[in-house]
Amino acid sequence: MTVVMEAKGVRRYYEVRKGMLAKPAVVRAVDGVSFTLEAGKTLAIVGESGCGKSSLARVLAMLEQPTDGELLIDGLPTLAQEPDRRVKLRRAVQMVFQNPYGSLNPRHTVGRILEEPLEINTDLSREARAEAARAILARVGLRPEAYGRYPHMFSGGQRQRIAIARALMLNPRVVIADEPVSALDISIQGQILNLLMDLQDELQLAYIFVSHDLGVVHHIADEVMVMYLGRPVEHGETSLLFDRPAHPYTRALLGSRPRIQTGDKTPRKTLSGELPSPLRPPPGCAFHQRCTFATELCTRDRPELRQVEGRAVACHHAETVLAAAA
Amino acid sequence: MPALLEIRGLTVEFATSRGTLRAVDHVDMDVAEGEVLGVVGESGSGKSVSMLALMGLLGSNAKLTADRLAFAGTDLLTLTPRQRRKLVGKDVAMIFQEPTTSLNPCFTVGFQIVEALKEHMGGTRKWRRDRAVELLTLVGIPDPGARLNAFPHQLSGGMNQRVMIAMAIACQPRLLIADEPTTALDVTIQAQILELLTRLQRQHNMAMVLITHDMAVVSETAQRVQVMYAGQLVETRSADELFTRPRHPYTAALLSSLPEHAERRARLATIPGLVPGIGDRPVGCLFSPRCAYATDRCRGERPALYRDPEGLARCFYPLDDSGRPEGVAA
Amino acid sequence: MSEAAATPTPQTEPVSAPLTPAREVWLHFRQNKGAMVGMYFIVCLVLTAILADVLAPHSPIVQFREALLVPPAWQEGGSWRFILGTDDIGRDILSRLIYGARLSMIIGFIVVFLSLGFGVVLGLTAAFARGTVEILIMRLMDIMLALPSLLLAIVIVAILGPGLFNAMIAVSIVSLPHFTRLARASAMSELTREYVSSARIAGAGTLRLMFRTVLPNCMAPLIVQATLGFSNAILDAAALGFLGLGAQPPTPEWGTMLAGSLQFVQRAWWVVTFPGLAILLTVLAFNLMGDGLRDALDPKLKR
Repeated sequence: MTVVMEAKGVRRYYEVRKGMLAKPAVVRAVDGVSFTLEAGKTLAIVGESGCGKSSLARVLAMLEQPTDGELLIDGLPTLAQEPDRRVKLRRAVQMVFQNPYGSLNPRHTVGRILEEPLEINTDLSREARAEAARAILARVGLRPEAYGRYPHMFSGGQRQRIAIARALMLNPRVVIADEPVSALDISIQGQILNLLMDLQDELQLAYIFVSHDLGVVHHIADEVMVMYLGRPVEHGETSLLFDRPAHPYTRALLGSRPRIQTGDKTPRKTLSGELPSPLRPPPGCAFHQRCTFATELCTRDRPELRQVEGRAVACHHAETVLAAAA
Repeated sequence: MPALLEIRGLTVEFATSRGTLRAVDHVDMDVAEGEVLGVVGESGSGKSVSMLALMGLLGSNAKLTADRLAFAGTDLLTLTPRQRRKLVGKDVAMIFQEPTTSLNPCFTVGFQIVEALKEHMGGTRKWRRDRAVELLTLVGIPDPGARLNAFPHQLSGGMNQRVMIAMAIACQPRLLIADEPTTALDVTIQAQILELLTRLQRQHNMAMVLITHDMAVVSETAQRVQVMYAGQLVETRSADELFTRPRHPYTAALLSSLPEHAERRARLATIPGLVPGIGDRPVGCLFSPRCAYATDRCRGERPALYRDPEGLARCFYPLDDSGRPEGVAA
Repeated sequence: MSEAAATPTPQTEPVSAPLTPAREVWLHFRQNKGAMVGMYFIVCLVLTAILADVLAPHSPIVQFREALLVPPAWQEGGSWRFILGTDDIGRDILSRLIYGARLSMIIGFIVVFLSLGFGVVLGLTAAFARGTVEILIMRLMDIMLALPSLLLAIVIVAILGPGLFNAMIAVSIVSLPHFTRLARASAMSELTREYVSSARIAGAGTLRLMFRTVLPNCMAPLIVQATLGFSNAILDAAALGFLGLGAQPPTPEWGTMLAGSLQFVQRAWWVVTFPGLAILLTVLAFNLMGDGLRDALDPKLKR
């Protein structure tokens, strides 16, 4: 299978000013992410707020440049300087955002929203653009009348369809979906997820699916990367991670999910504490303060990703965690 | 034994530029002392509006009518707004979805808790401050003395929600209404907050109405569940019954559309169509345009709530144990 | 229950005819009586300005030596030849007011055009460029705002020389900071919205982002400010004219008319009152309409 996107040690740091005279602090929003993504596959990035998944999404969408590391799309590095290569890269990666009520320009008609990518990146005639837009509208399941309407006339689910349509206009190889269904009702989520899966099969799209909803992730993703405070803590095939998590944080995430239960309810084991401040990450393993498996080693040495039972995990005690589940 | 909260025929209408929107349509609700009632629904179901109406928090363009609206035996409809506020502010508390914006950003957290205490409990300054520290400890906030002087934007979402809960239970309410209390929080914090709420509920024998769109949360926390659709109550029964044997097609469709109930990568079951808006309210059953089992009778006539052994369902052909409508050939 | 093909068939559409954003604003606006009155007045004013040649009974600058300080027609000594009377050198006040309306409209349009145009460009540039460019632009605007506006206008006219055109330039410069600040504030808040990121991902360059993506969404406060700016322009030009720095006689500008006639307040009240009334009513009408616009555009903003 062709590799469409490759990340090598991608880092994204932000400087935070702490007053006019003090030295700015550095927030390591993304601190060393690597993966390869093949056509027709979905990689889910999972984590809670502050883990860096949104920053990572912006870097992968080329909205921001990585502070360090390399990002390759279709084998081409994104730090390319030649204008036509930039255009080529720009067309290869598109994004669908979380908020259906903010991601469409309220002052543009749907037709104009869809045609804008073509207007900027191609020299198609006006008629050709309109035709392309109408074809995509039909493909995502919207009526042709939608072409001349404004975004506020549509429901949340319909707006996400428009957003997906727009992302498809340039025939991208990779679509980065940042929580695309989180803001939608449950009965509509299914419609949009079905649409995404159908499009993926038809067009061999690769998806980066950023989400906090583990149920959706389990359903749609081939591979999952769990992030904590900017670093990947576990990365592997979906079923493997969900059935046998090797990192205590993955375990906690999975355990914290509400499940439909009847009869005697087993109380969930909740994870205590809160995410540490990214300005002052704890020494050693970032998770050790909340971890039930932590030892003295964890307070000193930051664990690196290593292969354990077929997935990558950054934990000194991954084997213990796996054994405990049995 | 009379219910703590008794609502009959609650209707809320909003005057909008495009006509009258009936957000809540003749909804009944009973909450007993110490009971946890889950109210489930999607957007447009009226689940939040009905509770906001009870608390008197709706704007002036809302018209509220009810056959009966009683709390602990007192008829709320006969009270003046001021009397209602006095009663409701102390014995009924409400927490909302967005913790950081639900707190006043201009005042410290301590000030806001103390304000609630002052209004309903009186007491000396010192007593109020001690009680505030006690409350923050109760809700699991570390270093409560220092936290009293923090502003909402200095605390995380989870912390702010704990503060909201502290404010809510400050006056020892008999009923707590929680409107999507964990939706805006991360899943690990969600679990903490829900555990806190259930613990407090049990300790103080507080009744709780938990409004949410998350069926799983409701199944873990609530004893009875009400399902709302397009402003109407469509089904109510015990939580166990609802999740094993739902009777209303909407409830069944909702449960089957959850990703947990589908195989990986398979197409998810969906409910076609949209919730009716202002201009397209069906003549018959509000769910009929989207229902797989709708008949001509459903499309022409509005069903009432029909009683079955375990609860109520607003359907002419409620589903039987096998998941197909009774009285309709398979 | 699966969907039929890719189109969920029983999709219920919003029933009301699709409302463009403009139509929705108009519907809200219509409900405000005061705003509608203001609007009608302005429409009449504009028509008067356009049809001045037809409507005015006399030329505004011709002096009728035999009819100096003639009172209005309904008073004793007045005549229907000069409906609102004449001034101290025999010019018909009604005709001067009518031609003055044309001048006021021109002043308003040009001033608003210039200050809105430049203000938007400066404000958007500040919002997009950030850093030193932003600091430079905004501090320059702050300096301009720190000086009393009329004083600043006087200084500019003193440098450029008196005259209506220079007065308009001066008033435009003085109004500039308001538009710049509004444009920048609006743009900054829109820049955080996801549709801007969406446009960036589509490959939009900075210019397109500024004018095609962000600017249309900033128009609401700018339109309100432009409406109020119109009346401010008329008022400021009148003030300059009153001070002798704006339109020079015999130009029938309302402020200039006031300047030359204060001495007649007791003897011939009509020479002072009617130009003053014209200014008052025009400013009031614009303010009412501006308020109505602000209210009508607000619910749209909240959407």
